[in-house]
Amino acid sequence: MQTLRRIFALAVKELLAILKDKQSRFVLIAPPIAQLMIFGYAATYDLNNIPVAIYNEDHSTISRDLVAKITGSPHFQLVSDIDNDGQISSLIDEKKVLMVLHLGQHFSADLKRGHTAKVQVIIDGRNSNTALLTLGYLRSIITEFNLNWSRQNGLPDPPASLQIRSWFNKNLLSRWFVVPGIIGLITLVITTIVTALSVAREREAGTFDQLLITPLRPIEILLGKSVPGILIGLTEGSLILLVAIYWFDIPLRGSLGALYLGMFLFLLSATGVGLMISSLAVTQQQGILGAFLFLVPSVILSGFATPIANMPEFVQLLTHINPLRYFLIILRGVFLEGDSYSLLFNQYWPMAIIALLTLTAAGWLFRHRMN
Amino acid sequence: MNLIAASRMRVIGMIRKESLQILRDPSSIAIAFILPVILLLLFGYGVSLDAKHVRLATVVEQPDSNSASLIGSFQQSEYFVPVAFNSIQEAEQALKAHKVDGIVWLRNNFSRRLLSQGNSPIGVFVNGVDANQARITEGYILGVWQNWLSTYARDQGQDLHIPVILEQRIWFNTAVNSRYFLVPGLIAVIMTLIGAMLTSMVVAREWERGTMEALMVTPIHIREITIGKLVPYFILGMGGMFLSVAMAVWLFDVPLRGSFWALTGASALFMMVSLGMGLLISIVAKSQFVAGQVSIIVTFLPAFILSGFIFQISSMPEAIQFITHIIPARYFVAILQTLFLAGDIWPIVLSNSAALLIMMFVFLGLARRKSRKRLD
Repeated sequence: MQTLRRIFALAVKELLAILKDKQSRFVLIAPPIAQLMIFGYAATYDLNNIPVAIYNEDHSTISRDLVAKITGSPHFQLVSDIDNDGQISSLIDEKKVLMVLHLGQHFSADLKRGHTAKVQVIIDGRNSNTALLTLGYLRSIITEFNLNWSRQNGLPDPPASLQIRSWFNKNLLSRWFVVPGIIGLITLVITTIVTALSVAREREAGTFDQLLITPLRPIEILLGKSVPGILIGLTEGSLILLVAIYWFDIPLRGSLGALYLGMFLFLLSATGVGLMISSLAVTQQQGILGAFLFLVPSVILSGFATPIANMPEFVQLLTHINPLRYFLIILRGVFLEGDSYSLLFNQYWPMAIIALLTLTAAGWLFRHRMN
Repeated sequence: MNLIAASRMRVIGMIRKESLQILRDPSSIAIAFILPVILLLLFGYGVSLDAKHVRLATVVEQPDSNSASLIGSFQQSEYFVPVAFNSIQEAEQALKAHKVDGIVWLRNNFSRRLLSQGNSPIGVFVNGVDANQARITEGYILGVWQNWLSTYARDQGQDLHIPVILEQRIWFNTAVNSRYFLVPGLIAVIMTLIGAMLTSMVVAREWERGTMEALMVTPIHIREITIGKLVPYFILGMGGMFLSVAMAVWLFDVPLRGSFWALTGASALFMMVSLGMGLLISIVAKSQFVAGQVSIIVTFLPAFILSGFIFQISSMPEAIQFITHIIPARYFVAILQTLFLAGDIWPIVLSNSAALLIMMFVFLGLARRKSRKRLD
């Protein structure tokens, strides 16, 4: 009872310390919402309005028809028609267009005589992912054109054809993949910052020594300092969750309880890391540096933007100590794949262990890092 | 007394004081040199968008020579690791449990339809949660299918008629290696962090410790304080920058096709912009908590998401594209990706450098206006 009252008192004091200042209140509330809105729209791999130049030497209806199919697609936008080879390199070099399509003089003649007609495509490879996606969009237009052409001209169908279906995300919208990830990203940043500076701030102000001579035991200090981080994280997480569901229309197919269990464990482990950084740091600058050193690799090696499966073995192994890795799987599993508790068990327990280890380490450091 | 000489003396004194402070608290040196090395190592090896070894479940309901040759094409492809399953139900379970990333399903009438009416369906399912990887995987599957079709036609002594084929050429990065664009982009992200982190807390710290008051009673001008604080951090930041470029070229084998001097010039400009941004934050914030918070919020995630480093800016909604113009990393990413992969394309280098120059004046000007030798 006594313990609970002490923890409660410390938690209230911590929350007040963070929220009483207008500036720090503002940085906790406004930026996360603004970031979600901006990043939710910005972070997409889907391409539209790819600037294209067409170099059509074959002025027939067929070639114009094919060109119209390409420029009419929402993925492409015609920027310029060119009439000689020399223009290609400056257009691509200066990023005026991402792709140049070249149809030679004999395009329609070849097609009509039953020969294979060639279309040359030149793509800016400075961003290789964009280049591959562009090629993919173009390929599907050409494949459809081929099928129609064969049918119209009584040519035989290919012996076998692909019927591709994608699960969980039928139209392959990358927003469905990215927005749930942003929930993890922003709660991680907020919780780490709140906790990483909490001890360092008291150290610099000299109040940490005062805290140590109060009847509060180290474990109570630890818990009292964890509560605000988790509370703020849960509040912001819920707010962002609402925006993801009601504003971005991301389908929530699984159990909300399973998601919150994941969020709680995740925040617990983030708090543990934050407090560990905080008790190691002598100054707030070191606290911020520590938070950065934890946050940046956590985000990049979490599978948020680039898949973990593409990393080398050693780095993949390293991602297992990253709490965000597990939380992202939970978020995407619950949102898109309709997962519930049992399927996510393997994501829960590693976070619980990380939380236990980091909180214990933080508690130990509280006592043993007096100077 | 010679006023200019006095001013120069004060600036030099200030630079000395800041340099000593940096040397005494090694965390600044760690930020400038150790941080970029660790980050670049981790990310250079860790960040890749090239899907390799996609685990593919194969279900063949009636094995024969035709199905064997099709499945064989998947086995030969460097992108796939096929795993055979006995039934589609088992394969679907594996897809749900994330044991495989996709399924290729040949039903029992596959060969019969192949030989009789054609258009025999090959069922393909991919896990679409990661839409980008799913699209790339589909592209690879399409490639395998097309190759197999032409091999099959040749073996049958038939002429496979494809009306139109694409002859693709991907400039600047023929091997389509994603590391070539990710590493230069990472340098921009990392230098944004470092520049802002180095300076964001230096003024806030003086306020919190009360040493700002001590500085105020000296005859030093606010302009001289600013210069004195910027110079040592600029030198540190540029050191980190050169280290990153060296690693990109010699460790990650990213070709540097542009000139070294263009790279140095653009980097110096960018470094001034991010130091200016950090300085502005630290002047406005006045407490280290707020300064640290703000510098994380306005640097790392925007540089990561809004700079064009991974996500294509031209595909974002208009309003968001507009916002990207105030992210300095956007211009630096464009310069770096061009200088590394394409060479000295002056229209791109100069226009983006001009934008950086404007931002530098804006940030330093604002920092100058906001800082007053006054106690509020």
